[in-house]
Amino acid sequence: MAAKPKLHYFNARGRMECIRWLLAAAGEEFEEQFIESPQDLEKLKNDGSLLFQQVPMVEIDGMKLAQTRAILNYIASKHNLYGKDLKERALIDMYSEGIADLSEMILQLPLCPPNERGAKLALIKEKATGRYLPVFEKVLKSHGQDYLVGNKLSKADIHLVELLYYLDEIDSSLLASFALLKALKTRVSNLPNVQKFLQPGSQRKPPLDEKTLEKAKKIFNIK
Amino acid sequence: MSGKPKLHYFNGRGRMESIRWLLAAAGVEFEEKFIETPEDLEKLRNDGSLLFQQVPMVEIDGMKLAQSRAILNYIASKYDLYGKDLKERALIDMYSEGISDLGEMIITLPLCPPDQKVSKIALIKEKTSNRYCPAFEKVLKSHGQDYLVGNRLSKADILLVEVLYYVDEIDSSLLASFPLLKAFRTRISNLPKVKKFLQPGSQRKPPIDEKALEQAKKIFGIK
Repeated sequence: MAAKPKLHYFNARGRMECIRWLLAAAGEEFEEQFIESPQDLEKLKNDGSLLFQQVPMVEIDGMKLAQTRAILNYIASKHNLYGKDLKERALIDMYSEGIADLSEMILQLPLCPPNERGAKLALIKEKATGRYLPVFEKVLKSHGQDYLVGNKLSKADIHLVELLYYLDEIDSSLLASFALLKALKTRVSNLPNVQKFLQPGSQRKPPLDEKTLEKAKKIFNIK
Repeated sequence: MSGKPKLHYFNGRGRMESIRWLLAAAGVEFEEKFIETPEDLEKLRNDGSLLFQQVPMVEIDGMKLAQSRAILNYIASKYDLYGKDLKERALIDMYSEGISDLGEMIITLPLCPPDQKVSKIALIKEKTSNRYCPAFEKVLKSHGQDYLVGNRLSKADILLVEVLYYVDEIDSSLLASFPLLKAFRTRISNLPKVKKFLQPGSQRKPPIDEKALEQAKKIFGIK
Protein backbone atom coordinates (compact mmCIF):
# COMPACT_ATOMS: atom_id res chain seq x y z
CA MET A 1 0.00 0.00 0.00
CA ALA A 2 2.83 2.40 -0.85
CA ALA A 3 0.83 4.42 -3.36
CA LYS A 4 0.75 8.16 -2.81
CA PRO A 5 -2.15 9.53 -0.80
CA LYS A 6 -4.94 10.81 -3.00
CA LEU A 7 -6.86 13.89 -1.93
CA HIS A 8 -10.49 14.35 -3.00
CA TYR A 9 -11.70 17.96 -2.82
CA PHE A 10 -12.36 20.91 -5.04
CA ASN A 11 -9.45 22.93 -6.39
CA ALA A 12 -9.10 25.38 -3.53
CA ARG A 13 -8.03 25.73 0.11
CA GLY A 14 -11.22 25.09 2.06
CA ARG A 15 -10.98 22.29 4.60
CA MET A 16 -8.32 20.39 2.68
CA GLU A 17 -5.54 22.98 2.80
CA CYS A 18 -4.29 22.17 6.30
CA ILE A 19 -3.96 18.54 5.15
CA ARG A 20 -1.91 19.66 2.14
CA TRP A 21 0.35 21.68 4.43
CA LEU A 22 0.86 18.77 6.82
CA LEU A 23 1.62 16.22 4.10
CA ALA A 24 4.03 18.68 2.53
CA ALA A 25 5.76 19.39 5.82
CA ALA A 26 6.00 15.65 6.45
CA GLY A 27 7.58 15.20 3.02
CA GLU A 28 4.84 12.86 1.81
CA GLU A 29 4.03 13.37 -1.86
CA PHE A 30 0.36 13.30 -2.72
CA GLU A 31 -2.03 13.31 -5.67
CA GLU A 32 -5.21 15.32 -6.01
CA GLN A 33 -8.46 14.46 -7.71
CA PHE A 34 -10.44 17.66 -8.05
CA ILE A 35 -14.21 17.75 -7.79
CA GLU A 36 -15.28 20.13 -10.55
CA SER A 37 -19.01 19.55 -10.87
CA PRO A 38 -21.97 18.38 -8.80
CA GLN A 39 -21.76 15.15 -10.81
CA ASP A 40 -18.20 14.52 -9.62
CA LEU A 41 -19.37 14.77 -6.01
CA GLU A 42 -22.39 12.60 -6.76
CA LYS A 43 -20.15 9.89 -8.20
CA LEU A 44 -17.97 9.84 -5.08
CA LYS A 45 -21.10 9.56 -2.94
CA ASN A 46 -22.57 6.77 -5.03
CA ASP A 47 -19.29 4.86 -5.01
CA GLY A 48 -19.63 4.64 -1.25
CA SER A 49 -16.30 6.40 -0.87
CA LEU A 50 -17.49 9.07 1.52
CA LEU A 51 -18.47 7.79 4.95
CA PHE A 52 -20.65 10.80 5.74
CA GLN A 53 -21.20 11.88 2.11
CA GLN A 54 -18.69 14.69 2.63
CA VAL A 55 -15.25 15.81 1.58
CA PRO A 56 -12.39 16.18 2.44
CA MET A 57 -11.63 12.54 1.84
CA VAL A 58 -8.11 11.15 1.56
CA GLU A 59 -7.22 7.72 0.23
CA ILE A 60 -4.20 6.76 2.27
CA ASP A 61 -2.62 3.44 3.24
CA GLY A 62 -5.62 1.44 2.09
CA MET A 63 -8.17 3.62 3.90
CA LYS A 64 -10.71 6.09 2.59
CA LEU A 65 -10.42 8.57 5.42
CA ALA A 66 -12.93 11.35 5.89
CA GLN A 67 -13.12 14.12 8.51
CA THR A 68 -10.30 16.62 8.58
CA ARG A 69 -9.14 15.90 12.13
CA ALA A 70 -9.05 12.13 11.57
CA ILE A 71 -6.91 12.68 8.50
CA LEU A 72 -4.59 15.20 10.18
CA ASN A 73 -4.12 13.05 13.29
CA TYR A 74 -3.27 10.00 11.20
CA ILE A 75 -0.71 11.86 9.11
CA ALA A 76 0.80 13.44 12.24
CA SER A 77 1.11 10.10 14.03
CA LYS A 78 2.54 8.39 10.99
CA HIS A 79 5.21 11.04 10.51
CA ASN A 80 6.13 11.67 14.14
CA LEU A 81 4.57 15.08 14.27
CA TYR A 82 2.44 14.32 17.30
CA GLY A 83 4.80 14.56 20.25
CA LYS A 84 6.53 11.79 22.14
CA ASP A 85 3.84 10.83 24.66
CA LEU A 86 0.25 11.34 25.81
CA LYS A 87 0.88 14.62 27.56
CA GLU A 88 2.71 16.19 24.61
CA ARG A 89 -0.13 15.02 22.41
CA ALA A 90 -2.61 16.68 24.73
CA LEU A 91 -0.77 20.00 24.41
CA ILE A 92 -0.51 19.60 20.64
CA ASP A 93 -4.24 18.87 20.47
CA MET A 94 -5.13 21.80 22.69
CA TYR A 95 -3.04 24.21 20.61
CA SER A 96 -4.30 22.73 17.32
CA GLU A 97 -7.91 23.14 18.43
CA GLY A 98 -7.42 26.80 19.33
CA ILE A 99 -5.81 27.36 15.94
CA ALA A 100 -8.72 25.52 14.31
CA ASP A 101 -11.27 27.78 16.05
CA LEU A 102 -9.67 30.91 14.57
CA SER A 103 -9.09 29.23 11.21
CA GLU A 104 -12.76 28.26 11.06
CA MET A 105 -13.73 31.94 11.17
CA ILE A 106 -11.37 32.65 8.29
CA LEU A 107 -12.62 29.64 6.34
CA GLN A 108 -16.23 30.79 6.65
CA LEU A 109 -15.49 34.34 5.56
CA PRO A 110 -16.16 33.82 1.82
CA LEU A 111 -19.61 32.44 2.67
CA CYS A 112 -20.44 35.46 4.79
CA PRO A 113 -23.19 37.78 3.42
CA PRO A 114 -21.54 40.99 2.14
CA ASN A 115 -23.26 43.18 4.71
CA GLU A 116 -21.83 41.11 7.57
CA ARG A 117 -18.32 40.81 6.20
CA GLY A 118 -16.90 43.96 7.80
CA ALA A 119 -18.00 42.86 11.25
CA LYS A 120 -16.74 39.33 10.69
CA LEU A 121 -13.29 40.59 9.65
CA ALA A 122 -13.15 42.85 12.67
CA LEU A 123 -13.98 39.90 14.91
CA ILE A 124 -11.24 37.78 13.32
CA LYS A 125 -8.66 40.53 13.88
CA GLU A 126 -9.85 41.05 17.44
CA LYS A 127 -9.68 37.34 18.29
CA ALA A 128 -6.30 37.03 16.61
CA THR A 129 -4.66 39.87 18.49
CA GLY A 130 -6.68 39.62 21.71
CA ARG A 131 -6.90 35.88 22.26
CA TYR A 132 -4.92 33.54 20.01
CA LEU A 133 -1.65 35.24 19.10
CA PRO A 134 -0.92 36.28 22.71
CA VAL A 135 -1.41 32.67 23.81
CA PHE A 136 1.08 31.24 21.36
CA GLU A 137 3.56 34.06 21.91
CA LYS A 138 3.37 33.23 25.61
CA VAL A 139 3.89 29.50 25.00
CA LEU A 140 7.03 30.18 22.98
CA LYS A 141 8.26 32.65 25.57
CA SER A 142 7.63 30.20 28.43
CA HIS A 143 10.18 27.66 27.19
CA GLY A 144 12.24 29.65 24.71
CA GLN A 145 12.38 26.69 22.34
CA ASP A 146 12.09 26.62 18.58
CA TYR A 147 8.78 24.74 18.50
CA LEU A 148 5.55 24.84 20.44
CA VAL A 149 5.81 21.43 22.10
CA GLY A 150 8.67 19.23 23.21
CA ASN A 151 11.40 21.08 21.34
CA LYS A 152 10.40 19.28 18.16
CA LEU A 153 8.32 20.08 15.10
CA SER A 154 4.72 18.94 15.48
CA LYS A 155 1.44 19.40 13.68
CA ALA A 156 0.70 22.33 15.98
CA ASP A 157 3.62 24.31 14.52
CA ILE A 158 2.50 23.61 10.94
CA HIS A 159 -1.13 24.55 11.61
CA LEU A 160 -0.03 27.73 13.39
CA VAL A 161 2.32 28.85 10.63
CA GLU A 162 -0.38 28.21 8.01
CA LEU A 163 -2.73 30.37 10.06
CA LEU A 164 -0.10 33.11 10.36
CA TYR A 165 0.09 33.27 6.56
CA TYR A 166 -3.70 33.74 6.36
CA LEU A 167 -3.63 36.45 9.03
CA ASP A 168 -0.94 38.18 7.03
CA GLU A 169 -3.19 38.11 3.96
CA ILE A 170 -5.98 39.71 6.00
CA ASP A 171 -3.81 42.40 7.59
CA SER A 172 -0.02 42.40 7.48
CA SER A 173 0.20 44.46 10.67
CA LEU A 174 -1.44 41.82 12.87
CA LEU A 175 1.80 40.04 13.69
CA ALA A 176 3.71 43.24 14.41
CA SER A 177 3.82 42.92 18.17
CA PHE A 178 4.48 39.18 18.28
CA ALA A 179 8.22 38.81 17.86
CA LEU A 180 8.47 35.13 18.75
CA LEU A 181 5.63 34.21 16.40
CA LYS A 182 7.29 36.09 13.58
CA ALA A 183 10.48 34.14 14.27
CA LEU A 184 8.54 30.84 14.35
CA LYS A 185 6.93 31.65 11.02
CA THR A 186 10.34 32.34 9.46
CA ARG A 187 11.96 29.31 11.04
CA VAL A 188 9.25 26.85 9.97
CA SER A 189 9.02 28.44 6.52
CA ASN A 190 12.72 27.75 6.07
CA LEU A 191 12.44 24.02 6.75
CA PRO A 192 13.22 22.41 3.37
CA ASN A 193 9.85 20.66 2.94
CA VAL A 194 7.91 23.75 3.90
CA GLN A 195 10.06 26.06 1.83
CA LYS A 196 9.38 23.88 -1.20
CA PHE A 197 5.64 23.97 -0.52
CA LEU A 198 5.71 27.76 -0.27
CA GLN A 199 7.18 28.15 -3.72
CA PRO A 200 5.10 28.82 -6.84
CA GLY A 201 4.14 25.64 -8.65
CA SER A 202 3.54 23.63 -5.48
CA GLN A 203 0.18 22.15 -4.56
CA ARG A 204 -0.51 25.03 -2.17
CA LYS A 205 -3.72 26.78 -3.13
CA PRO A 206 -4.26 30.55 -3.51
CA PRO A 207 -7.04 32.53 -1.83
CA LEU A 208 -10.49 31.80 -3.20
CA ASP A 209 -11.60 34.03 -6.08
CA GLU A 210 -15.20 34.87 -7.01
CA LYS A 211 -15.36 32.38 -9.88
CA THR A 212 -14.06 29.45 -7.83
CA LEU A 213 -16.37 30.37 -4.97
CA GLU A 214 -19.42 30.29 -7.24
CA LYS A 215 -18.35 26.93 -8.65
CA ALA A 216 -17.83 25.53 -5.14
CA LYS A 217 -21.27 26.73 -4.07
CA LYS A 218 -22.74 24.88 -7.05
CA ILE A 219 -20.86 21.68 -6.27
CA PHE A 220 -21.81 21.69 -2.61
CA ASN A 221 -25.26 23.14 -3.13
CA ILE A 222 -24.74 26.18 -0.95
CA LYS A 223 -26.95 29.19 -1.58
CA MET B 1 -0.68 14.59 41.13
CA SER B 2 -3.03 11.71 41.79
CA GLY B 3 -6.10 13.77 42.64
CA LYS B 4 -9.29 13.17 40.75
CA PRO B 5 -9.79 15.10 37.53
CA LYS B 6 -11.63 18.35 38.17
CA LEU B 7 -14.10 19.60 35.58
CA HIS B 8 -14.74 23.33 35.21
CA TYR B 9 -18.04 24.16 33.47
CA PHE B 10 -21.54 25.29 34.20
CA ASN B 11 -24.03 22.81 35.63
CA GLY B 12 -25.37 21.60 32.31
CA ARG B 13 -24.52 19.27 29.44
CA GLY B 14 -23.08 21.65 26.86
CA ARG B 15 -19.59 20.82 25.67
CA MET B 16 -18.59 19.04 28.86
CA GLU B 17 -21.09 16.19 28.78
CA SER B 18 -19.12 13.97 26.36
CA ILE B 19 -16.17 14.27 28.71
CA ARG B 20 -18.35 13.22 31.65
CA TRP B 21 -19.57 10.21 29.67
CA LEU B 22 -16.04 9.16 28.70
CA LEU B 23 -14.62 9.49 32.20
CA ALA B 24 -17.57 7.52 33.56
CA ALA B 25 -17.19 4.79 30.94
CA ALA B 26 -13.49 4.59 31.79
CA GLY B 27 -14.40 4.19 35.46
CA VAL B 28 -12.67 7.42 36.45
CA GLU B 29 -14.17 9.32 39.36
CA PHE B 30 -14.16 13.07 38.87
CA GLU B 31 -15.02 16.29 40.68
CA GLU B 32 -16.91 19.21 39.26
CA LYS B 33 -16.55 22.90 39.99
CA PHE B 34 -19.61 24.63 38.59
CA ILE B 35 -19.43 28.11 37.13
CA GLU B 36 -22.58 29.80 38.41
CA THR B 37 -22.00 33.48 37.70
CA PRO B 38 -20.07 35.69 35.28
CA GLU B 39 -17.74 36.42 38.21
CA ASP B 40 -16.87 32.71 38.55
CA LEU B 41 -15.82 32.65 34.89
CA GLU B 42 -13.91 35.91 35.28
CA LYS B 43 -11.97 34.46 38.19
CA LEU B 44 -10.92 31.41 36.18
CA ARG B 45 -9.79 33.70 33.39
CA ASN B 46 -7.86 36.00 35.69
CA ASP B 47 -6.18 33.03 37.34
CA GLY B 48 -4.68 32.18 33.96
CA SER B 49 -6.34 28.77 34.11
CA LEU B 50 -8.03 28.92 30.72
CA LEU B 51 -5.62 28.86 27.80
CA PHE B 52 -8.08 30.46 25.38
CA GLN B 53 -10.28 32.04 28.06
CA GLN B 54 -12.84 29.31 27.49
CA VAL B 55 -14.37 26.29 29.14
CA PRO B 56 -14.56 23.27 29.18
CA MET B 57 -11.35 23.02 31.16
CA VAL B 58 -10.27 19.89 33.01
CA GLU B 59 -7.53 19.73 35.60
CA ILE B 60 -6.01 16.30 35.07
CA ASP B 61 -2.58 14.80 35.78
CA GLY B 62 -1.02 18.17 36.51
CA MET B 63 -2.38 19.80 33.37
CA LYS B 64 -5.09 22.41 32.90
CA LEU B 65 -6.46 21.04 29.66
CA ALA B 66 -8.83 23.07 27.51
CA GLN B 67 -10.57 22.19 24.23
CA SER B 68 -13.00 19.25 24.25
CA ARG B 69 -11.16 17.15 21.71
CA ALA B 70 -7.81 17.54 23.48
CA ILE B 71 -9.44 16.43 26.72
CA LEU B 72 -11.35 13.53 25.14
CA ASN B 73 -8.28 12.28 23.23
CA TYR B 74 -6.14 12.38 26.37
CA ILE B 75 -8.68 10.44 28.41
CA ALA B 76 -9.18 7.94 25.59
CA SER B 77 -5.44 7.34 25.22
CA LYS B 78 -4.84 7.09 28.94
CA TYR B 79 -7.61 4.56 29.51
CA ASP B 80 -7.05 2.51 26.39
CA LEU B 81 -10.19 3.59 24.57
CA TYR B 82 -8.38 4.67 21.43
CA GLY B 83 -7.72 1.45 19.51
CA LYS B 84 -4.57 -0.59 19.26
CA ASP B 85 -2.73 1.27 16.47
CA LEU B 86 -2.69 4.25 14.11
CA LYS B 87 -5.25 2.85 11.72
CA GLU B 88 -7.76 1.96 14.43
CA ARG B 89 -7.26 5.42 15.85
CA ALA B 90 -7.97 6.91 12.43
CA LEU B 91 -11.29 5.05 12.26
CA ILE B 92 -12.14 6.03 15.83
CA ASP B 93 -11.38 9.67 15.01
CA MET B 94 -13.39 9.57 11.79
CA TYR B 95 -16.42 8.10 13.54
CA SER B 96 -16.06 10.47 16.52
CA GLU B 97 -15.92 13.48 14.22
CA GLY B 98 -19.10 12.48 12.40
CA ILE B 99 -20.81 11.98 15.75
CA SER B 100 -19.51 15.36 16.86
CA ASP B 101 -20.96 17.06 13.77
CA LEU B 102 -24.39 15.74 14.69
CA GLY B 103 -23.80 16.44 18.37
CA GLU B 104 -22.90 20.05 17.53
CA MET B 105 -26.30 20.63 15.91
CA ILE B 106 -27.98 19.29 19.02
CA ILE B 107 -25.80 21.28 21.47
CA THR B 108 -26.52 24.55 19.69
CA LEU B 109 -30.29 23.94 19.45
CA PRO B 110 -31.14 25.77 22.71
CA LEU B 111 -29.35 28.86 21.37
CA CYS B 112 -31.38 28.81 18.19
CA PRO B 113 -33.84 31.72 17.72
CA PRO B 114 -37.43 30.43 18.27
CA ASP B 115 -38.44 31.07 14.67
CA GLN B 116 -35.62 28.85 13.39
CA LYS B 117 -35.99 26.07 15.93
CA VAL B 118 -38.49 23.95 14.00
CA SER B 119 -36.41 23.82 10.82
CA LYS B 120 -33.27 23.16 12.88
CA ILE B 121 -34.94 20.15 14.52
CA ALA B 122 -36.11 18.94 11.11
CA LEU B 123 -32.54 19.19 9.83
CA ILE B 124 -31.22 17.23 12.82
CA LYS B 125 -33.78 14.49 12.22
CA GLU B 126 -32.98 14.40 8.51
CA LYS B 127 -29.22 14.16 9.06
CA THR B 128 -29.72 11.52 11.75
CA SER B 129 -31.92 9.31 9.57
CA ASN B 130 -30.20 9.82 6.23
CA ARG B 131 -26.57 10.35 7.03
CA TYR B 132 -25.35 9.37 10.46
CA CYS B 133 -27.45 6.39 11.55
CA PRO B 134 -27.06 4.68 8.17
CA ALA B 135 -23.28 5.16 8.30
CA PHE B 136 -22.94 3.56 11.73
CA GLU B 137 -25.51 0.84 11.07
CA LYS B 138 -23.42 -0.07 8.03
CA VAL B 139 -20.19 -0.14 10.05
CA LEU B 140 -21.71 -2.51 12.61
CA LYS B 141 -23.17 -4.66 9.84
CA SER B 142 -19.85 -4.83 7.98
CA HIS B 143 -18.03 -6.68 10.76
CA GLY B 144 -20.86 -7.96 12.93
CA GLN B 145 -18.88 -7.14 16.06
CA ASP B 146 -20.09 -5.64 19.32
CA TYR B 147 -18.10 -2.42 19.01
CA LEU B 148 -17.42 0.02 16.20
CA VAL B 149 -13.66 -0.54 15.95
CA GLY B 150 -11.36 -3.45 16.60
CA ASN B 151 -13.87 -5.57 18.51
CA ARG B 152 -13.17 -3.50 21.60
CA LEU B 153 -14.73 -0.57 23.43
CA SER B 154 -13.41 2.82 22.29
CA LYS B 155 -14.31 6.48 22.66
CA ALA B 156 -16.27 6.21 19.40
CA ASP B 157 -18.72 3.76 21.01
CA ILE B 158 -19.26 5.99 24.04
CA LEU B 159 -19.74 9.15 21.99
CA LEU B 160 -22.16 7.34 19.66
CA VAL B 161 -24.29 5.98 22.47
CA GLU B 162 -24.41 9.40 24.09
CA VAL B 163 -25.70 11.00 20.89
CA LEU B 164 -28.20 8.17 20.39
CA TYR B 165 -29.72 9.08 23.76
CA TYR B 166 -30.08 12.70 22.59
CA VAL B 167 -31.60 11.60 19.32
CA ASP B 168 -34.09 9.54 21.32
CA GLU B 169 -34.99 12.60 23.40
CA ILE B 170 -35.73 14.53 20.21
CA ASP B 171 -37.76 11.76 18.56
CA SER B 172 -37.96 8.23 19.87
CA SER B 173 -38.93 6.84 16.46
CA LEU B 174 -35.66 7.84 14.77
CA LEU B 175 -33.83 4.66 15.72
CA ALA B 176 -36.70 2.42 14.64
CA SER B 177 -35.16 1.29 11.35
CA PHE B 178 -31.67 0.72 12.72
CA PRO B 179 -31.73 -2.61 14.57
CA LEU B 180 -27.96 -2.92 14.99
CA LEU B 181 -27.74 0.56 16.48
CA LYS B 182 -30.58 -0.25 18.86
CA ALA B 183 -28.83 -3.41 19.98
CA PHE B 184 -25.57 -1.49 20.22
CA ARG B 185 -27.12 1.15 22.44
CA THR B 186 -28.55 -1.46 24.75
CA ARG B 187 -25.30 -3.37 24.91
CA ILE B 188 -23.15 -0.34 25.76
CA SER B 189 -25.75 0.90 28.24
CA ASN B 190 -25.45 -2.41 30.07
CA LEU B 191 -21.70 -2.15 30.59
CA PRO B 192 -21.41 -1.77 34.38
CA LYS B 193 -19.75 1.66 34.42
CA VAL B 194 -22.08 3.07 31.78
CA LYS B 195 -25.09 1.57 33.53
CA LYS B 196 -24.04 3.28 36.74
CA PHE B 197 -23.69 6.61 34.95
CA LEU B 198 -27.15 6.22 33.45
CA GLN B 199 -28.76 5.87 36.85
CA PRO B 200 -30.34 8.77 38.75
CA GLY B 201 -27.92 10.46 41.14
CA SER B 202 -24.91 10.17 38.83
CA GLN B 203 -23.06 13.15 37.42
CA ARG B 204 -24.93 12.86 34.12
CA LYS B 205 -26.75 16.09 33.36
CA PRO B 206 -30.40 16.45 32.27
CA PRO B 207 -31.56 18.40 29.22
CA ILE B 208 -31.18 22.13 29.75
CA ASP B 209 -34.24 23.91 31.13
CA GLU B 210 -35.20 27.56 30.49
CA LYS B 211 -33.79 28.76 33.81
CA ALA B 212 -30.41 27.04 33.39
CA LEU B 213 -30.24 28.32 29.80
CA GLU B 214 -30.77 31.91 30.90
CA GLN B 215 -28.13 31.50 33.60
CA ALA B 216 -25.66 30.04 31.10
CA LYS B 217 -26.29 32.88 28.67
CA LYS B 218 -25.53 35.36 31.44
CA ILE B 219 -22.33 33.59 32.44
CA PHE B 220 -21.00 33.40 28.90
CA GLY B 221 -22.26 36.78 27.75
CA ILE B 222 -24.51 35.32 25.03
CA LYS B 223 -27.43 37.43 23.89
